[in-house]
Amino acid sequence: MSDINKEWDFIIEPKGSMFNLNLKEVWHYKDLLEMYIKRDIVTFYKQTLLGPLWFFIQPFFTTIVFMFVFGGLAGIPTDGIPQPLFYLSGICLWNYFSESLIKTSDTFYTNQAVFGKVYFPRLIVPLSVTISGLLKMLIQLFLFAGVYIYFLSKGASIEINRYAFLFPVLIFILAGLGLGFGIIISSMTTKYRDLKFLVAFAIQLWMYFTPVIYPLSVMEGNYKKYMWLIQANPLTAVLETFKYGFLGRGSFSWFALGYSVIFTFFILLLGTWIFNRVERSFMDVV
Amino acid sequence: MSDTAIKFENISKQYRLGTIGTGTLSHDLNRWWTINVRGKEDPYLKVGQVNDREAKSTSDYVWALQDIDLEVKQGEVLGIIGNNGAGKSTLLKILSRVTNPSTGRILAHGRIASLLEVGTGFHPELTGRENIYMNGSIMGMTKTEITSKFDEIVEFAGVEKYIDTPVKRYSSGMTVRLGFAIAAHMEPEILVVDEVLAVGDAEFQKKAIGKMQDVSNYQGRTVLFVSHNMGAIEQLCSRAISLDKGKINLSGTTNEVINHYLKNNSIVEGKIIDSLKIHNHQISIESITINQSPNNIIVINPHENRLTINIKGYLSEGKKMSLEIRFYDQLEHLQMLFSPGHLYENIKFFEKGQFEISETIVLPDSLTKNEFKLTIDVTRPNIEKLFSFRNSVKLICKGIQGYSGLEFPASNCGLLMLR
Repeated sequence: MSDINKEWDFIIEPKGSMFNLNLKEVWHYKDLLEMYIKRDIVTFYKQTLLGPLWFFIQPFFTTIVFMFVFGGLAGIPTDGIPQPLFYLSGICLWNYFSESLIKTSDTFYTNQAVFGKVYFPRLIVPLSVTISGLLKMLIQLFLFAGVYIYFLSKGASIEINRYAFLFPVLIFILAGLGLGFGIIISSMTTKYRDLKFLVAFAIQLWMYFTPVIYPLSVMEGNYKKYMWLIQANPLTAVLETFKYGFLGRGSFSWFALGYSVIFTFFILLLGTWIFNRVERSFMDVV
Repeated sequence: MSDTAIKFENISKQYRLGTIGTGTLSHDLNRWWTINVRGKEDPYLKVGQVNDREAKSTSDYVWALQDIDLEVKQGEVLGIIGNNGAGKSTLLKILSRVTNPSTGRILAHGRIASLLEVGTGFHPELTGRENIYMNGSIMGMTKTEITSKFDEIVEFAGVEKYIDTPVKRYSSGMTVRLGFAIAAHMEPEILVVDEVLAVGDAEFQKKAIGKMQDVSNYQGRTVLFVSHNMGAIEQLCSRAISLDKGKINLSGTTNEVINHYLKNNSIVEGKIIDSLKIHNHQISIESITINQSPNNIIVINPHENRLTINIKGYLSEGKKMSLEIRFYDQLEHLQMLFSPGHLYENIKFFEKGQFEISETIVLPDSLTKNEFKLTIDVTRPNIEKLFSFRNSVKLICKGIQGYSGLEFPASNCGLLMLR
């Protein structure tokens, strides 16, 4: 039997090794990743009148509502940043994170029809969601850029500085956390769906622990006791750094940003490990 | 050519019965405790029993597949036959890596494309064109590969006109054709096909079978084909296996296996009551007769075309009951159904104690020469099955004759001669 010594192209076994991430395989399916991203973007506005304009409408109106409710009624200061810029930056970044998380946390459940029929690295689906969300956010940041130029020309006291170059790091944290938490939740909800209900509600609360609608300085002034909670939130540094780099206000610390980066790596590692364990057997339990 | 393309080694698959909900957490904990802390074998892998759908299981776990050892040579077309629930689809699912085996391993060469059920992963909002790319890449093709095959796929599926229309507007036949075309053109080393042909029209079935033959004969690729259609299996496959209750019970040439399967599924002479399965324990059955005979082989002809079914037994609680009789042909296709409960709401209430169900079926007198297998169920229609006699009766129908004594066999005349 010369068969035994021959190289088999693949072997199907009950359990794979724990960190058998198979990034090579994901790379092999890169065209599929591209197709999924394209699909997410294209189907988003199929059979709509306004088409891609919808990408702008949502942050635009949310900003107006925030300006009215939080800026006007509640009177929360914005560190001297023009309100539209302050809210818009927060909304774009926060929405990217929360949408990535919510959409990836459904991965197994919403894709069981496809997953039940063909094999491909399951990681492709949450990855594509994260990337198409990123494209969406970048498109939305054009709106931010437009408003930014408007206020600049009107002589508002905003200035871009070298910390703006940290933007790719911020994107990495947002994407990594959204993806990481999302795939952890998706892996856990295959069997016990309780978590799904918790997520929608937890993410709403999470926003209030993140400096989206208020600057960190306000929190520090009024609720010093709870500052640790907000500093433990890995998203705090992202929003503060963005505002500091592009608008020149707020606070920046290498320590806080470093903490967020390490936190992201940890969540990503944990996520891929859990996801990898679940993807092989989820069809039997979902 | 005699290289092994796929090798199944000791493959088993266990499923848990019932719903996943209350109680699983304790099983999960127990399993986790035993495996990870005490370092022993999975406790629930031992309690599984053979997958017999008829008998109510005593365990919560069941083996859908057990100890499958199989080698498939390159370029071979292997047919897989077996009753529903024999494990055919599970086997293909494991091979296409949709689910994991519980034990054992599979070694394989090359790319596997699977066609499990229909329209594998089409997105309804995307057009045919977009879906070809989408679907092709799901199956592991690169964009350039798809582009080079694109025209061929469209032509084979016969959807040129609709290629820029969203797939949600396609008919189910078009969807299947497109799905099959993509899989068949991706030139996988191994093609796994599960019952897709059932949906296409006759012309497409012919095309699909031809394509599968091409794929194996001229391109040296391996095909695994699951079907209830013995005709298609016979035409396509060089070798076949027959699965029964999760085990391979025969492996050999296609004809051998098909004949064995049909023979095993045919009814041997005996008493009808021997095939009794009771699903409700408040019932006991004393006798069943058809046309006053307890035997399970019945002959009818156009002049004696009545079937009088009589069942006697005892009820320990009053029940509503109605008869359902299914007539299957030799290839297990359902041909006719008798169910007065569904048709006329003819559901009688039987008091506690002795009961007798008696119904007479008048069969059409223009039935062709045919042989049926009957499954007799007593049910509360749409609510529960009380007891049944599955594949219990062989009904030999002599059939209507032509003016000169000519016979009309069902195999080329269909079920009925019309007047």
